Amino acid sequence: MIRDYFRVLVVDLATGKGNVAKIEGRNEFAGGSGLGALLFDIYGHAQRPWDDPDQPLIFSIGALTGLFPLMSKTVCSFKSPYHDQFAESHAGGRSALAIRFADYDAIVIKGRAPRLSCLSIGMSHLEVKDVQFLAGKDVFSTGKLLRRMFPGSGHRSILRIGPAGESLSGMACINADTYRHFGRLGSGGVMGSKNLKGIVIQGDGSFALPDNKDYSKVFDEVYEKMTGTDMMSKYHNLGTAANLNVLNELKSLPWRNLQATKDDDIAGITGEKFADDTLLRNAACAGCPVGCIHLGFVREKFMEQNQYMYRQVAYDYEPIFATGSMLGVTDAFHVLAIMDEIEKVGLDVMSGGVALAWATEAFEKGIITEKETIVPLAFGDAEGYKKAVNYLGQAENEFYAALSKGTLVAAKKYGGEDFACVLGQEMAGYATGETFYVAESLGFRHSHLDSGGYAWDQKNDKKDVDAVCDFLIGDETGRAFITSMVACLFGRGVYNDEQLSACLKSVGYTEIAENMDTIGERVRAMRWKVRFDTGYDPDAISIPKRYNEVTTWKGKTDPEYLAALKKEYGNRIRNLVSKEALIRLGLDKYEKN
Amino acid sequence: MKTLTAAHMERCIGCHSCSFACARQVHKLLSWNTAGIRISSSGGLSTGFVAKVCLACDPAPCAVACPTQAMSPRKKGGGVIHKKDLCIRCGKCAEACPVDAIYLDLKKRPFVCIHCGRCVKFCPHECLEMRESESTKRAKKEDAL
Repeated sequence: MIRDYFRVLVVDLATGKGNVAKIEGRNEFAGGSGLGALLFDIYGHAQRPWDDPDQPLIFSIGALTGLFPLMSKTVCSFKSPYHDQFAESHAGGRSALAIRFADYDAIVIKGRAPRLSCLSIGMSHLEVKDVQFLAGKDVFSTGKLLRRMFPGSGHRSILRIGPAGESLSGMACINADTYRHFGRLGSGGVMGSKNLKGIVIQGDGSFALPDNKDYSKVFDEVYEKMTGTDMMSKYHNLGTAANLNVLNELKSLPWRNLQATKDDDIAGITGEKFADDTLLRNAACAGCPVGCIHLGFVREKFMEQNQYMYRQVAYDYEPIFATGSMLGVTDAFHVLAIMDEIEKVGLDVMSGGVALAWATEAFEKGIITEKETIVPLAFGDAEGYKKAVNYLGQAENEFYAALSKGTLVAAKKYGGEDFACVLGQEMAGYATGETFYVAESLGFRHSHLDSGGYAWDQKNDKKDVDAVCDFLIGDETGRAFITSMVACLFGRGVYNDEQLSACLKSVGYTEIAENMDTIGERVRAMRWKVRFDTGYDPDAISIPKRYNEVTTWKGKTDPEYLAALKKEYGNRIRNLVSKEALIRLGLDKYEKN
Repeated sequence: MKTLTAAHMERCIGCHSCSFACARQVHKLLSWNTAGIRISSSGGLSTGFVAKVCLACDPAPCAVACPTQAMSPRKKGGGVIHKKDLCIRCGKCAEACPVDAIYLDLKKRPFVCIHCGRCVKFCPHECLEMRESESTKRAKKEDAL
């Protein structure tokens, strides 16, 4: 199974047939992010729109997936309905191991099915099945029905979309195994455009282990660090929800559409509050002993005489920010109830929450009325948001259809661009300062994890454009390598260069181990190259005025410094794909498709 | 004799570390299937997890069903021993198992728990433990009477 090329399943939904392609480049691109960009370069069409049937939807895993703990993520690469540029989204769950044990390094899905369909694959089967009867079904009932239709319980992954994906929303996610998501930049809309309701991946193969003693020894070392030390305790204790209190104290938690960065009402939605009052149990991605998935519960009375129903909802820091502080909702159970509706309709929770926060302020200012929003919107009113989430997911009217394409799309049409909290896409929950605003706005995934910008802000208050850009550019290289492996970024404390090198060598990937920095740089440049090919322009990205009004522990935003930082970071990103850089990294041979 | 017991599956987070440990250490394979213990959701991920593992039946129906004596009962305490070189891969053992604890791979090779306990230390939530089997306890009681 250790091979020096990529084994890729290419499926055409139009015909229901596929083929297994042997793609060279293992030692140059490693897998994951690198493989996704490489495959988009091969199979994608930079100049055609995102919903062209020939555009590929790509799922890729890493060289160590299945072989070591926390190598448990899948990268989804696609042309985004949000901005019609190349994009990437990552998810845990079971898909990475299911792809590994089906004996593929990546799945490329092309074409459009004639009717709503489900793709089922495994080591020894490939089928495209008509599921028109699932049209309009929510994510939960879709999952349950697909579960009954296809075999392999326990060792398969079920990816599916809800009504938001079917309505081609730029905010539609792909739900991965109920509790994880390919959330950002609208991958669910791409599935919708392909008439693809679900993907069932059965990991039914088994493989010989590397023929040496090192593998078991290195495995045990890594496993011990993951489970026998405090290195991962943050993630399995309170989980990322612990950040709510921390960021609120730092005046960096967005409240009510970022009208404030701190509020005493935090007490109702802290990590401790969620754990003490709502936490039912923990769960894990397949292949990860940490168990960072925190499942809270929603309990609702649906009939007199004490008739209740309950559902389990996975919470994390950013979903709580998006449906809690950002919407002024300060009751943990109300926050989970909004998340639950977002889950069902299949929206990216951060995009959906932040978009509704903008809509609420626009409603309060009289820019839009109930004619647009159907239900009155008010900060703190969870019942209103539960309804609005459904209208947004189903693109119920002209207003919600515009909003589902992005907050700035709606703001351009109705007004209110100044207070749209959009940093490339609807913001992540870190109002930490200029470094983060710029890093997220221009960053590849518009994610706080593109680089450590949010962490820089929390530790530094000096305004030094060059120092910040040096840091951001330097930091991104290692992250590009890690996301090519595809390790969970929670594990990056354990998976330092030395550990990764030992892991790679123990299973025979010596050449990758000896070139990690170069591969990181190459993958990063390849991703940016494909992104530029599809229309990325850092100067075209604006940072709304609301960010100039924000106050953090460092004081108010400095607009001049923000502008200078944005300009220089844009230049640095451009330099990553200069002719010299591409030649140095051996990428000049890859022509735009 | 002690046997492996999935005693606290309500604590299971579904990480599959036990299956990987068994496949890696006992069968020298990379897999979440070719193992003596397999983890499955009990009805979708919202319902928690179950372990498909040998319950150490005594007598063992899988051994009774085996036409070539490749699957034979352990001397005492329940559980079976599978001898690969005697196996004709007919699948009768898996058919006979009442709790789906024997896995047949794509080549119809059976994989069953040998109650070695090597998976136990890889469970981060202490769901698994080695316990004296019911059959051993019964035998001890009978000896004492």
